[in-house]
Amino acid sequence: MKKDIILAGVGGQGILSIAAIIGYAAVENGLYLKQAEVHGMSQRGGDVQSHLRISSKPIYSDLIAEGSADMILSVEPLEALRYVPYLSEEGWLITNSNPFKNIPNYPDVDKVHEEVGKLGNNIMIDSEAIAKELGNVRASNIVMLGAASAFLDIPMEKLEDGIKFIFGKKGEEVVNLNLEALRAGRKASNK
Amino acid sequence: MQKMMLLGDEAFAQGVLDAGLSGFYGYPGTPSTEIGEYIQRSPQAKQRDVKRLWHANEKTAMEAAIGMSYAGKRAIVTMKHVGLNVAADPFMNSALTGASGGLIVAVADDPSMHSSQNEQDSRFYSKFAMIPALEPSNQQEAYDMAKHGFELSEKFHLPVMFRVTTRLAHSRAGVSRHEEVAENEMSKPTDPNQFMLLPAFARKKYKHHLEMQEEMVKASEESPFNSYFDGADKSLGIIACGLGYNYLMENYPDGCPYPIVKIGQYPLPRKMIEKITSECDEILMVEEGMPLVEEQLRGFLNNGIRIKGRMDGTLSWDGELNPAKVRAALGMPALPSKPMPEVMVGRPPALCVGCPHADSYKALRAAVVDKYGQGHIFSDIGCYTLGFMPPYKAINSCVDMGASITMAIGAADAGLFPAIAVIGDSTFGHSGITGLLDAIYKQANVVIVILDNDTTAMTGMQDSSVTGRLERICEGIGVEKDHIRVINPLSRMHDENVKVIEEEIAYEGVSVIIPRRPCIHVYSKKKRSGGEE
Repeated sequence: MKKDIILAGVGGQGILSIAAIIGYAAVENGLYLKQAEVHGMSQRGGDVQSHLRISSKPIYSDLIAEGSADMILSVEPLEALRYVPYLSEEGWLITNSNPFKNIPNYPDVDKVHEEVGKLGNNIMIDSEAIAKELGNVRASNIVMLGAASAFLDIPMEKLEDGIKFIFGKKGEEVVNLNLEALRAGRKASNK
Repeated sequence: MQKMMLLGDEAFAQGVLDAGLSGFYGYPGTPSTEIGEYIQRSPQAKQRDVKRLWHANEKTAMEAAIGMSYAGKRAIVTMKHVGLNVAADPFMNSALTGASGGLIVAVADDPSMHSSQNEQDSRFYSKFAMIPALEPSNQQEAYDMAKHGFELSEKFHLPVMFRVTTRLAHSRAGVSRHEEVAENEMSKPTDPNQFMLLPAFARKKYKHHLEMQEEMVKASEESPFNSYFDGADKSLGIIACGLGYNYLMENYPDGCPYPIVKIGQYPLPRKMIEKITSECDEILMVEEGMPLVEEQLRGFLNNGIRIKGRMDGTLSWDGELNPAKVRAALGMPALPSKPMPEVMVGRPPALCVGCPHADSYKALRAAVVDKYGQGHIFSDIGCYTLGFMPPYKAINSCVDMGASITMAIGAADAGLFPAIAVIGDSTFGHSGITGLLDAIYKQANVVIVILDNDTTAMTGMQDSSVTGRLERICEGIGVEKDHIRVINPLSRMHDENVKVIEEEIAYEGVSVIIPRRPCIHVYSKKKRSGGEE
């Protein structure tokens, strides 16, 4: 088993929480893992990505090679497109549809969505609307994790354990919100 | 014991803690910062009372680490690559004083300049000082090299460099721990003159240092971090340093057909290099950073075996390695990949919404740029360097820590008016104070703006040594009390702030303006934890 995943977003959108949950679940499942993060200047509202690699065999490179990612999981549609050259032929692009506009030249959103649609294997959902419905837009990142969950080859219960572990310190309410977000994302991606 | 999921930086930090660390010294700098942060929040460090506060800059940190080593205990000093330039004086001399307690100089390089002004390769410094260096290829090695590094340091009585690069520093993987080693007891050096570099002593020490070189090569040849892997196909031999080994093996999931020398400890293991160069038709050099090993292999005459690497363009001279670059260097076709969608635009970093620096820059634009045009504001290293970006477009330089003040002095000497320096509070503590002393001594006609946001923001909210002391420092150095002006960078205070800047430009002499408002991240953190608002 091998999954190479590019997590994408804008600094502060919570992609490292997604990475931490998948990482926890993968390690609990007895898999090897490497996860490269971006720290420093880019975190100030710039584009950020994390290379997350999971495998049943030891992993060498901390970086995923262009043309070999099994999945791009993004919390922002333009940021999803930024890593398209990394995607393998059969790879999936899974993204939130809501743009995060902190630059003056953000392209036409319809065009961005159109580009996402051009990729054969894509899932685009409005994770913010789903999170809002659940009561907190901040759970939008976990909705996206839910949307990707069917493609991770990691049992749903392990991801739920990961959420309990990562958000445990923040109290039961936060844990339950994120568990609901995970399930709602999974449901939305099945549509 | 269950594996811990650690960043490369954190793996090294856990490694030194488990290897009997007594003191951490350093100044934050991407990608080295997480070493110190990990030690600072470690319950193990707290329980043992490991010394672990940040220092004012890399030089003072390096000197304090040498002092702890003098007193027999194990110490590390951490910094980013350009920080080693600041610490270069004590660093170079520490090769001659040597170490008593184990001393590791941990330097994190940033090839591709993700968060830096250059991509200098710190291995050149280890070669310059002629001391051993360790370069991990993965998180487990980063952990293991901590204990090995202390042992090496105490064996040779020398500081040892630990060199990591961005990708490993900031990448997480599982790490297994060994048993905790006890800290050393405090002791004075057995040779009372060990740290005395009067010329007569220094000459003897340098001779001794030169004699030690052969021993260090031998240690490299026996090191668990240097290996020779044989391969059936001798048409090519590959020498891979640090992370380069990973990118190589990534392209050979079923094993590499060529012989490989994997390097993790310097000076170079001569016998392994001789073996691979004598057995193979040509050599591919895969090293993360500048072509340090490649240059040594080629020599000036380059009359030996054919060597491919960064110097002949097989790999690009600049920038970090990745699996695709190494794949191309191996002559393999690129993996098929999709083109970048045409709609794509860049998303550069920017000042956060609500950032106090934004209001300071708006005021500076109005008082300086709108009136005198571009070219009058020297800046420095920190979040506020983003004041270069639109819509602020307020600053004209970013060179090194502290350079804003001293460049403004030089430009004022040349007749530039007004000459303004913009520096952050932590950067001022790092290297601005001495520059301010110069300004006072020379009675330079400069306005120094110290942006006080109560933290070291860019690297992730570390404490700053000058917090709460800025006015007293400036006054103590000799700035006239009436020309130390504290302002509140808020949009509703804009007009008043512009007026203060204008008044201080009009004053002939040294003025200090301190726009003071906490970083919004510090503010919201305090608010969340129920502290002051």
